[in-house]
Amino acid sequence: MKKPSKIMNRILMAIFSISFMVSCSSNDPEPMEPAEEYIPTPKPLNVPSILAQLLPPPYIPADNPQTVEGVALGRKLFYDPILSGDGTQACASCHKPANSFTDDERFSIGIDGLEGNRNSMPLYNMAWNTNEKFFWDGRARSIELQAIAPVENPIEMHNTWPNAIASLQSDAAYPELFRKAFGTTIITKELATKAIAQFERTLISANSPFDRYLMGENSLTAQEINGFAIFMDESRGDCFHCHGNENSPLWTDNIFHNNGLDAIITDRGLGNVTGDPNDDGKFKSPSLRNLAFTAPYMHDGRFETLDEVINHYSEGLVYSPTIDPLMKAISRGGVHLTEPDKADLKAFLLSLSDPSFINNPDFQDPN
Amino acid sequence: MKNIAFLFILNFVLYSCSNDDNNNIPENVPVTFQFSQNWNGDAVDKTDFNSTTYTNDIGNVLTISKLRYLISKIQLKKSDGTLIEIDGYNLVDLSEEGSLEMTPSSIPTGDYIGISFIYGFNEEDNSNVYPDLNVALWNWPTMLGGGYHFMQMEGSFLDSNGAPQPYAYHNGTARVSQGVFEQNFISFDFNQNFTITNNATIEIKMNIAEWYKNPYQWDLNVFSTDLMMNYEAQKHMNDNGQSVFSIGSITQ
Repeated sequence: MKKPSKIMNRILMAIFSISFMVSCSSNDPEPMEPAEEYIPTPKPLNVPSILAQLLPPPYIPADNPQTVEGVALGRKLFYDPILSGDGTQACASCHKPANSFTDDERFSIGIDGLEGNRNSMPLYNMAWNTNEKFFWDGRARSIELQAIAPVENPIEMHNTWPNAIASLQSDAAYPELFRKAFGTTIITKELATKAIAQFERTLISANSPFDRYLMGENSLTAQEINGFAIFMDESRGDCFHCHGNENSPLWTDNIFHNNGLDAIITDRGLGNVTGDPNDDGKFKSPSLRNLAFTAPYMHDGRFETLDEVINHYSEGLVYSPTIDPLMKAISRGGVHLTEPDKADLKAFLLSLSDPSFINNPDFQDPN
Repeated sequence: MKNIAFLFILNFVLYSCSNDDNNNIPENVPVTFQFSQNWNGDAVDKTDFNSTTYTNDIGNVLTISKLRYLISKIQLKKSDGTLIEIDGYNLVDLSEEGSLEMTPSSIPTGDYIGISFIYGFNEEDNSNVYPDLNVALWNWPTMLGGGYHFMQMEGSFLDSNGAPQPYAYHNGTARVSQGVFEQNFISFDFNQNFTITNNATIEIKMNIAEWYKNPYQWDLNVFSTDLMMNYEAQKHMNDNGQSVFSIGSITQ
């Protein structure tokens, strides 16, 4: 076939160009939407400057944007025992603001008086958990999915979602609150957990003494500064490989490790989720923020004090096949920090606690 | 009148882009860099972690549980000497399959004679803030010169008594003494003749065994952990790293 001539080519392109420009410059109004779509009031997260400067933007799923009405609904649900089987427990029963949204029990007690085998996790800065793996073993792949589980867990709120939804639907206030948040009075567990997730994403903590020190707003004691140097020293604390540094103020890698707690693994942790024996005994590194409020410590709450935690890493490590290589000097139980180093390290760790977070009026019970 | 002139220019631009009967005008096409790892030719991926054993040059028997490394400033040299720089950097993490390929960049078609890149960051790039690397805890301690790690390779080896011991082969800026630091990144520059005609994939290969071999025969019984602040270990890593990377297949 004969190729079109270059002139012909140009004429065709000119016609194409004109039509392209006409379509771009059209001022005709868009056709009216058949029904007005309800849009709640957008409320982007208020990101503290230290997090904005050093970290990627918070992760907000495209299908669950933050809104004024959604956050308000989520906050009400978080504190409302209506979601539990007998109307006695709310999310906040085991995730209390005074404890940085965990509680002070080793294992929380559910509505039937039963206890679990994992320590309730504190809640904050969850929008920066960019790998989207929640719980100690990472089994929930979003905050929305995480929020589904406790409601129907027989050792926790021991309800069914159909029953919880029926309670919400027959409540005097909730249908209208769901309409304001999501444009519908028909309540579903997906919408309820979306609202709870929106509230949880607002739980941002970034105003500890150490944060203000990094921002040049206050000073630290010599002990706290020396404690940070121990934290960052590979041959002493070597905490930073999993727990962050001054440029990564989440103070966790949100990754799963076996930190040398047990010679024989009884709780497989991540291994139960992946099915891979190489993941046995691995649990998510918790953030070190707000330790002053979150005792006891570890996935099973076995340590009541920070001193016990520091002693574990210093001289209590035990070998098991999946132990993280960052747990060193196992044959001696650890690197054996000096007592002054331990005291300084503890002082630094406590400088990461943020009283303004636990006292923030926006996070308290609205009911 | 202006509109007509603009139309004419737009027309010309569109015309030149759509014209394929003149090979002298280069088009831009996507190029993808793919990072592969091997142990003296045997492919290594995350399924080998904690299970496949390797024997290094001096005879240490080891397994790998983590391997992450940073490649930056990739440049392709055209036959006329022009350098095409690929934006960004790539943190390879064998446990994350998506990180083994770098987001495609657009490069001109034509003849090329070389590929260069930096293992780690050069001094200037290492002083910037990278939020994605911060959240990955890729930072190198300020007391050791700051910036970012270049590599984290971790696992277990059998000591002289046959007992498993951890190793953490971490590389970054070398600390000479308090407050005195030495750059420790490695520039690679390969002569490589190739022609880009279409979507291309360029493989960058790491032979892990070379980290233990050439010129310094690495013994994990001597250097296993606490290597970040160890100047001697950091310089041995730099020396051995010089022969670690090569260019693999170029497909399109």
